[in-house]
Amino acid sequence: MMEALRKVKVEFERVSLAYGRTQVLTDVSIAIEPGEFFALLGPSGSGKSTLLRLLAGFLQPQAGAIRVGGEDVTRVPPWERDIGMVFQNYALWPHMTVAANVAFGLEERRLPRAEVARRTAAALDLVGLGEYGARRPGQLSGGQQQRVALARTIAIEPKVLLLDEPLSNLDAKLRDHMRVELLALQRKLGVTTIFVTHDQEEALSIADRVAVLDQGVIQQVGTPVELYDTPANRFIADFVGTINLLRGTIEAGAESTVFRNDMLGAIAMAGAAASVGPAEIAIRPHALQLVASGTPLGGVRSWLDGTVAEREFLGEFVRYTVRVGTGSLVVDQPHYMGERGFAPGARVMVGINPAQVKLLRA
Amino acid sequence: MKALAARLAPLGAARSAAFTWTQAAVALLIAAFLLVFLVVPVVTVVYVAFADGAGGVTLSHFGSFFSLSLMRESFWNSLYVGVWSVGIATLIAVPLAYFTVRFEFRGAALIQTLGVLPLIMPPFVGAVAMQLIFGRSGAVNLLLNDWFGFTLPIMEGLNGVIFVEALHYFPFILMNLVVALNNIDSSMEESAQNLGASGMRLFRRIVFPLAMPGYVAGAALVFIKVFDDLGTPLVLNQTNMLAPQAYLRITSIGIEDPIGYVASVIMVIASLASLWIATWVMRGKEYATMQRGYSGLARRRLNTGQSALAYAWITLVLLIVLAPHFGILLLSFASVWSFSVLPDAYTLAHYASVFQDSPRMIWNTALYCGIAATLDVVIATAIAYLMLRTKVPGRNVLDFTVTIALAIPGVVLGIGYLRTFKGIELPFTGGELFTSSWIIIAVAYTVRRLPYALRSCVAALQQLHVSLEEAAENLGASKRRTILRVVVPLMAGGMLAGFITSFMTAAVELSTTIMLVSAQNDAPMSYGIYLYMQSAAGRGPGAALGVLAVLLVAVGTYLSYRVLGSRAQDAREVRRLG
Repeated sequence: MMEALRKVKVEFERVSLAYGRTQVLTDVSIAIEPGEFFALLGPSGSGKSTLLRLLAGFLQPQAGAIRVGGEDVTRVPPWERDIGMVFQNYALWPHMTVAANVAFGLEERRLPRAEVARRTAAALDLVGLGEYGARRPGQLSGGQQQRVALARTIAIEPKVLLLDEPLSNLDAKLRDHMRVELLALQRKLGVTTIFVTHDQEEALSIADRVAVLDQGVIQQVGTPVELYDTPANRFIADFVGTINLLRGTIEAGAESTVFRNDMLGAIAMAGAAASVGPAEIAIRPHALQLVASGTPLGGVRSWLDGTVAEREFLGEFVRYTVRVGTGSLVVDQPHYMGERGFAPGARVMVGINPAQVKLLRA
Repeated sequence: MKALAARLAPLGAARSAAFTWTQAAVALLIAAFLLVFLVVPVVTVVYVAFADGAGGVTLSHFGSFFSLSLMRESFWNSLYVGVWSVGIATLIAVPLAYFTVRFEFRGAALIQTLGVLPLIMPPFVGAVAMQLIFGRSGAVNLLLNDWFGFTLPIMEGLNGVIFVEALHYFPFILMNLVVALNNIDSSMEESAQNLGASGMRLFRRIVFPLAMPGYVAGAALVFIKVFDDLGTPLVLNQTNMLAPQAYLRITSIGIEDPIGYVASVIMVIASLASLWIATWVMRGKEYATMQRGYSGLARRRLNTGQSALAYAWITLVLLIVLAPHFGILLLSFASVWSFSVLPDAYTLAHYASVFQDSPRMIWNTALYCGIAATLDVVIATAIAYLMLRTKVPGRNVLDFTVTIALAIPGVVLGIGYLRTFKGIELPFTGGELFTSSWIIIAVAYTVRRLPYALRSCVAALQQLHVSLEEAAENLGASKRRTILRVVVPLMAGGMLAGFITSFMTAAVELSTTIMLVSAQNDAPMSYGIYLYMQSAAGRGPGAALGVLAVLLVAVGTYLSYRVLGSRAQDAREVRRLG
């Protein structure tokens, strides 16, 4: 079995890259802690894969530095970096057997033959493909091919492990399974791991920390809970999870400050901290409550009158689109056995808990 | 086959038809054509080589063949020339392909285009010019002797044949290799770099093995073409090789002489063997390395020193490659050119005499090649459609048979025609013999060039997603209307490419031509050039005719692009959208 690997720190320091006039990355700085399972999250074209390729050495930044374990690797060629990358399409060489693929990096390091054989076998065992060494990559399923790609990379005991969209080529069932397995493997090896994904659920579920990129700029770096609960800006709020975003103004009320929106009306805000002026608020759909019109009301919530416009049954909860004033809100209500919920057209009241309202500066 | 078709025919109306009667009729028509003009002549040659004259089978002709020292020598010489030509062609093609695909530098497209030029000019045309440039008293050796006091035996004996053949046929390797290299996904290379490989090791362990199928396909073609070539050895007066011997035996001793047939059979076996070896080497290695999010190999920038070296090397190679072309151009304008680096004086007299003597030959070439290329595209489109879109039984046999035509040397096909159609008269001509009419030449060209057209047409149809046809049928177009309105227009690019390749290569075909031309009046340009080149006095006019042949092919290519260009554009669009 393989030993735990060294843990090293990875730093991007004010990295910028442009292709001609197209700015791909602007002033990106990230510090990834030793042994961390770190996600680069963003929509396509956000520059996340570019960042990974910079770290692997396939690209060079026009400005800034990249450090691995404190050592500047910005100008080091890919083959001298010792940074293992698992490619999105796996990039297994079809003219070699599975074992030859895995042995490749070890042979390039001129290790003794016995050592190559031992570590190849260990890597294949680690991903559960010990029996498949003699096969050709073309004879394996997609999931098995990914394991081979993983074994091939781990075999060289890299300083850092890079995964480019590791789950995107797998079907849904296998994806969930592989996600758990990747995390277990990373914990076992302890190697600093960076993976790129456009799927926020994937990033939030397994990463220790996540960096969210948009248009080549870091929007926020934080733990999944931080990103979810305290989005730094409108982009994060909108990109991470489902959310209701409302523009309006903060006004001073009698007891507390009030958020006023042209479409919905007034909503009470928690505390008096919010300064008066234009603002934007964000509320998660599950933080809203839905009751039938005429139900006795109470508590700290502000209540808005509405009509159910659409209803989506999602199993553990039901997602309603509720028309309020001239706008609409997305509301998630938990579903329990036997409940009927609200039908489209039903008159309802939407309850907003001020404590669950996140204020974003406009 | 008819009976089989009848049994499998759409009897049950409820079941979806396996194929229609029209499709079966087209398949039968093509099968009949191939049977009469390819299979029967070749089988006849093989039969004669083994027949004892009393209806039995014998190996005695082979015995007498190998008891003749001239024949043994010819056999080994042909093998020697074939192998060395492949070797030299590899030396030229591999670096050219690698540099142009892998590195960023100006003129990569130009180099790849220039590399195709040698295909337009027949090797035997260039051969004479090559002697004037690289021969014992040619330009290069005169200069070498003046400057350094030594000479190189580049054109001595078999060396000359090897050199000319390699220069002429290396584009087969170049083009196949460029395609193969372009098909390698960049992640194949990046993952190797990521695991610590770089430079030559990366090339040797990853890039070359992945491009190997392309290389082997090209190399096998070169070997076959060299083995097949009759004109170059004859022009260079190296007759102790198989193709010239087969030709000489049949023309000097007669159509009944079995030794010529034995030589033919050996040539066929060697060609088939090289095809078989190529298939065997590539077995299970037709990698589809293009994957999702495909991007070709990254082009690298060279530093100043490296690019100076690369340019110097490429310039040298291109100078050598283009030497026969410059040489033939010079020769066509030279009044006297011997024992000197450049001609002593220039003249237009050769062109004047060519225009006086040979407009008939130019017309003949256009006619024969036009007919052959048109027939080729029609037949190839039909076979491609039958193969990829229908379930007509025997469709793959058609494909296989056509591909085998690639391995049948021109001399062999010519001998087969002369023997098989001996004494057969053409209808409506008042007793003209088929073997002495020009039609037999056009038919031979059609059969010889069909494999090229078929490959382009099959590739074009493969890229066409079947849903485009289903959409047409869904909107009410019948099968026939769908083929006319959707399939053919979208295949136009591939059909055009097939037409051009067939036309070009038929225009420079000499092996079959020499065997089948029976009247001066029916001779095409390639034969005319060959006749001119036989005498020292004819070299000038021969070169002029060669230049005209190249121009004719170039103009023909250009015109076809102009006429069908917009349709080819559509086809590219399809590939992009697909």
